[in-house]
Amino acid sequence: MAINKDTVKYTANLARIELSDKELEHFTGQIDKILGYVEKLNTLDVAHLEPTSHTLELKNVYREDVVKKSIPAEDAVKNAPSRENNLFKVPKIIDTEG
Amino acid sequence: MDLYNLTAHELASLLTKRELLPIDICNSNIDRINGVEKSINALAHFDKGLALERSKALNGLPIFIKDNICVKDELTTCSSKILKGFKPPYSATVINKLTKENSVLMGKTNMDEFAFGSSTETSFYGPTRNPWDLDRIPGGSSGGSAAAVSAGEAVWALGSDTGGSIRQPAGLCGVVGLKPTYGRVSRYGLIAFASSLDQIGPITRDVEDSAMLLKIIAGHDSMDSTSADIPVPDYVSLIKKDIKGMRIGIPKEYFIEGMDKDVKAAVLEAIKKLESLGALCEDTSLPHTEYAVAVYYVVATAEASSNLARFDGVQYGLRSEKIKSMIDMYKKTRQEGFGDEAKRRIILGTFALSSGYYDAYYLKALKVRTLIKRDFDEAFKKFDAIVTPTSPTPAFKIGEKISDPLTMYLSDIFTISANLAGIPGISVPCGFTKNNLPIGLQVLGKPFDEETILRVAYNYEQNTEWHKKRPKL
Repeated sequence: MAINKDTVKYTANLARIELSDKELEHFTGQIDKILGYVEKLNTLDVAHLEPTSHTLELKNVYREDVVKKSIPAEDAVKNAPSRENNLFKVPKIIDTEG
Repeated sequence: MDLYNLTAHELASLLTKRELLPIDICNSNIDRINGVEKSINALAHFDKGLALERSKALNGLPIFIKDNICVKDELTTCSSKILKGFKPPYSATVINKLTKENSVLMGKTNMDEFAFGSSTETSFYGPTRNPWDLDRIPGGSSGGSAAAVSAGEAVWALGSDTGGSIRQPAGLCGVVGLKPTYGRVSRYGLIAFASSLDQIGPITRDVEDSAMLLKIIAGHDSMDSTSADIPVPDYVSLIKKDIKGMRIGIPKEYFIEGMDKDVKAAVLEAIKKLESLGALCEDTSLPHTEYAVAVYYVVATAEASSNLARFDGVQYGLRSEKIKSMIDMYKKTRQEGFGDEAKRRIILGTFALSSGYYDAYYLKALKVRTLIKRDFDEAFKKFDAIVTPTSPTPAFKIGEKISDPLTMYLSDIFTISANLAGIPGISVPCGFTKNNLPIGLQVLGKPFDEETILRVAYNYEQNTEWHKKRPKL
């Protein structure tokens, strides 16, 4: 097995996704199967290769530091599920669960 | 002839000659939508009144947009519950470019949630159906755009392609789909799935329309630092040149065991047609093709897991109501808001990037990506274009693959490599199976050489009749 239930549960927590027991069971089997397939990459010798994270030859882009019109604050927050005074409103951050 | 069957270039010339008004075209689409949308479900957001109002004010062609491309103040939800009600405060660059051409924005098309899928079955709004057989999937993830164009609900549409999401549904719905070179079209305002792979592109009824729409949306954009500062040629006039003496490679890895025999026969027949038009077709090899799906589902999910971290119940969309704390809000919002495939991919991608697994999965996949890109670099030293099937099979049945993600992933086997290598690809209709399901021919080209693949596709199309066939609905 490439992955077990504990690792899926741990990883889901890293990704901040709550999983039901049923989801955990279901996803563990499926993700294990996918990772099993991905293991075919181990048949290749890649030690001498450079990774390709991007296909374009990228260079740093500079621009003049000038003030331009931007999105008004009220537009930027208008989609928030909870807001106050043009700010995003969230539940209290310090809690007993951490 | 019914207006909804005409191509964009035919309609544009009727508009120029003043034989038609934009509202006539809009009405023909609306009539068609009234007649067939209930059985196809190609549209995610459509406001008839707004569409009519716009077509009275603007002297351009109507267009539908995939639901992951931002249109200011209009629903843009990636067909996901987590973006319920989201109206972006700005428009994507491609939308601004279309607006400059007086395009009539008609609405949004259905898609796999966050473009995660090959069948449009993972949409929060339910599956889209293939206009050629309503029991079958239209492909994905731009299945709504492809089905809408195929069914005559849309004149043309925009899609996005991260692993085949324009070309595969175009192939399975019998229309033309083009994925431009990475960097050819600005991604500003495209809600990111995998930032090193995503490209916006046209889904159209024929190749000339594809060239027209690419010309409108392509070009450098200061708002996307990965968009390339390379001139955009006048595709429509250039693609009409013949293909005599053009060197075309046929990679043996794209004719695999288990592929549909009607698909194989149609593609081999298409290659003969290209030869009869003067192209020099020759067998070749892209030896690392078999690793593409494995590389893709590590790289794409890793990038997705990072990009989708922003959906946390704070800035937009859904927030769970059953929350006790901040962390709880993130976790419950994401549990309720994302569908199964999104959760699976985020967890898989997070795993591939996590401490202890990064080198074994993510880094290794990036290194094999180098091999896949080199295969193409080598092949394009010898060939002007590469021709393959778009998909190994025609459209499958709704529900057939949804419970087995790996089998679903393998349906993208012929389209994924182009995204990993950053090269352009187009799917053009090349026949039908015995069950009357469309088959797509894929033409791949050198980076920023969309002109050549459009030219091959145009020459093929103009010497065949496949693109004139319409589904009976």
